[in-house]
Amino acid sequence: MELFKAENIHKNFVDHVALNNVSIHVPEGSIFGLLGPNGAGKTTLIRIINQIFAPDSGELFFKNGLLRPEHVAQIGYLPEERGLYKKMKVGEQALYLARLKGLSKQDALKRLKYWFEKFEIQAWWDKKVEELSKGMQQKVQFIVTVLHKPPLLIFDEPFSGFDPINANLLKNEILQLKKEGATIIFSTHNMGSVEELCDNISLINKAEVILEGHIDTIREQHKSNTFEVKFLGLFNKLEATLSSEYEIVEATHQDDIHSVRFRLIKQMTTNELLTILMKKGTIVGFNEVIPTMNDIFIKVVEGSNKGNDLL
Amino acid sequence: MKTSIVLKREYLSRVRKRSFIVMTLLSPLIMAAFIVGYAYLIFAEDTEIKNIGIIDESMVLFESLHNSDIIKFELLAGKSIDDARELYTKDELYSILYIPANVVQSKRIQLFSEKQPSQAVVMYIENAIETYLEDKNIVDAGISREMLQSLKVKMAVDTIKWKEDGEEVKSNTGITMGLGYGAGFLIYMFIFIYGAQVMRGVIEEKTSRIVEVIISSVKPFQLMMGKIVGIALVGLTQFLAWIILITLFSWIGLALLAPDYSPEQVMQQNPASSVMATQGVPQGMNVTDISMEGDKIQKLIDSTLNSINFVAVILSFLFYFLGGYLIYAALFAAIGSAVDSETDTQQFMMPITIPLIIALLVMINAIQNPDGQLAFWFSIIPLTSPIVMMARIPFGVPYWEIGLSMGLLIATFIFTTWVASKIYKTGILMYGQKVSYKEIWKWIKYSS
Repeated sequence: MELFKAENIHKNFVDHVALNNVSIHVPEGSIFGLLGPNGAGKTTLIRIINQIFAPDSGELFFKNGLLRPEHVAQIGYLPEERGLYKKMKVGEQALYLARLKGLSKQDALKRLKYWFEKFEIQAWWDKKVEELSKGMQQKVQFIVTVLHKPPLLIFDEPFSGFDPINANLLKNEILQLKKEGATIIFSTHNMGSVEELCDNISLINKAEVILEGHIDTIREQHKSNTFEVKFLGLFNKLEATLSSEYEIVEATHQDDIHSVRFRLIKQMTTNELLTILMKKGTIVGFNEVIPTMNDIFIKVVEGSNKGNDLL
Repeated sequence: MKTSIVLKREYLSRVRKRSFIVMTLLSPLIMAAFIVGYAYLIFAEDTEIKNIGIIDESMVLFESLHNSDIIKFELLAGKSIDDARELYTKDELYSILYIPANVVQSKRIQLFSEKQPSQAVVMYIENAIETYLEDKNIVDAGISREMLQSLKVKMAVDTIKWKEDGEEVKSNTGITMGLGYGAGFLIYMFIFIYGAQVMRGVIEEKTSRIVEVIISSVKPFQLMMGKIVGIALVGLTQFLAWIILITLFSWIGLALLAPDYSPEQVMQQNPASSVMATQGVPQGMNVTDISMEGDKIQKLIDSTLNSINFVAVILSFLFYFLGGYLIYAALFAAIGSAVDSETDTQQFMMPITIPLIIALLVMINAIQNPDGQLAFWFSIIPLTSPIVMMARIPFGVPYWEIGLSMGLLIATFIFTTWVASKIYKTGILMYGQKVSYKEIWKWIKYSS
């Protein structure tokens, strides 16, 4: 079932088109990656989901009906441009933001206590925000985002400003939230974290969705018949064999062990390929190269830009 | 409601600030110190008993000097001016009065002391001797004092207002002008001080990047209105605290410094007669004239105060005070949303500052000519009306004019807030852009 759905969203700003016929489908209980280069329209779409803007046309669905203003209480949003009142005390501020999301004072205090203990930051309660480091502020912001236990969470570049240890802590928290049933929309440029976290993605470029689907399916689709083999023997011999039917992408040598990446030109099964290779030396390792999200991102976006340029 | 949560934060975060508390306590303290100091100068000196020794070579004039509550005269019989210095220290006198033998011709007497004697004492002596000698002259001339009094001419212009119900009320233009000016100026100050606070608050939310977090929970309009109303309450709190504290501090100060005089007496102290008491009597007036003149002025003040419809003044003050603030506060919020830092606000401040400064200039004219064309039009035009109309109201303004002015003010408030909220909504999410008027015009036209 889909927790959130956007259908045919159009949004024009004064002098440019921000979103053109964009649709996304976010399955319940999954992590959904909203990807795209800077200025593609991701933030606009996220702001539309948060009802900061209204779309010019198109429809938004939440749970079983249309998205309505009161649903803001069921969404937790960590914007890319985020901050806190510098002169306000941490605890007071967390309480304020929680109450704006509709929590009662008692509820908010109880939950804040839980999270502050969990992150071991009780000592910050009476400190002013300006006394905290950037990473510390990010923790407070994360807590405030998830405090009201919203079924839909939206994280825009959540890892920026975190050191590797805290980024890891955050990653685990996000996975934990997913396990507890939350649906998460996750926007980032960090493709490594997309591979680690996301189930489905939509890639937006120049106001349009150019790629969407389950991450495994997408990677499968973008396989380019590339294999990597490690073997003991003579490189020349292998090269001679491969040059006709295969294209060598990359080769590295360490003592007698050669690592070769090559692309298959002819269609053949893995077994057939291995049979050919086995005659040339001792095989140490063999695997098919599945493209990273980073490769796919670059390839698809550049391809789409070229296509547009031709038009 | 969410707006009230925003409002509460805006209010409490400002009211609890150290600078607010210091300002709220310190300003009345300074004001009260002035009031108490002023009152002290008038009263405190008078409570001390002053012994004045008289060396009278004319041998008659000392009879004219009668003891008052605080001035005691003592004839130093048989002493000459050469002994004065010695006597002064020995007898702990306040001062020594020397009346030379030829006083009637020279009309000069001398008062010796180490400190500058108070003006009140000098006046007392002058008046006593003048009256004495005058009486003597009158008798010598063969007429009576009553006759002299009847020959004197003293002109005064009483200004009388016809109220709508036909009642005649004596008024004093000076007091009415002062009241109008004070009220108009307070509104001007309030708009600038607290309007700027709204603007700074918006800029703070923008630069700290908290704004997007908040508007994912509340509508930008709610955030803006929460801030504007919250800050209005901060302003009202401060003014109210000032009024109460100034009164309280003055009361306490006066009670401590001048215990013989009840605060009521100080408050009712006739400003006109106290000015005369300290600055000397106008020529041609004698002691009885002073008190008569004082009474007259006191009556006139009472009559003026009665002639001003205080309920109307206070109610319309509250209305224009808030209305004036509200139309400008929304504009201040819009400016704050369009810029990235306070230094960029300059170019957008012009449209706000110009009507306010015009209003202030027109107000100065309006208190002199409250029913002129200039005063009339600018008290109707909404951007200047809070200040100009307030200056006119103590003089009495027809109800239809007040109604028109208030109606337009409310309409303008709705309009400026609507325009401002459009700018605000777009502006708060714009970072790192130099915004021009053209750009802002696009934001207004653009509807989301």
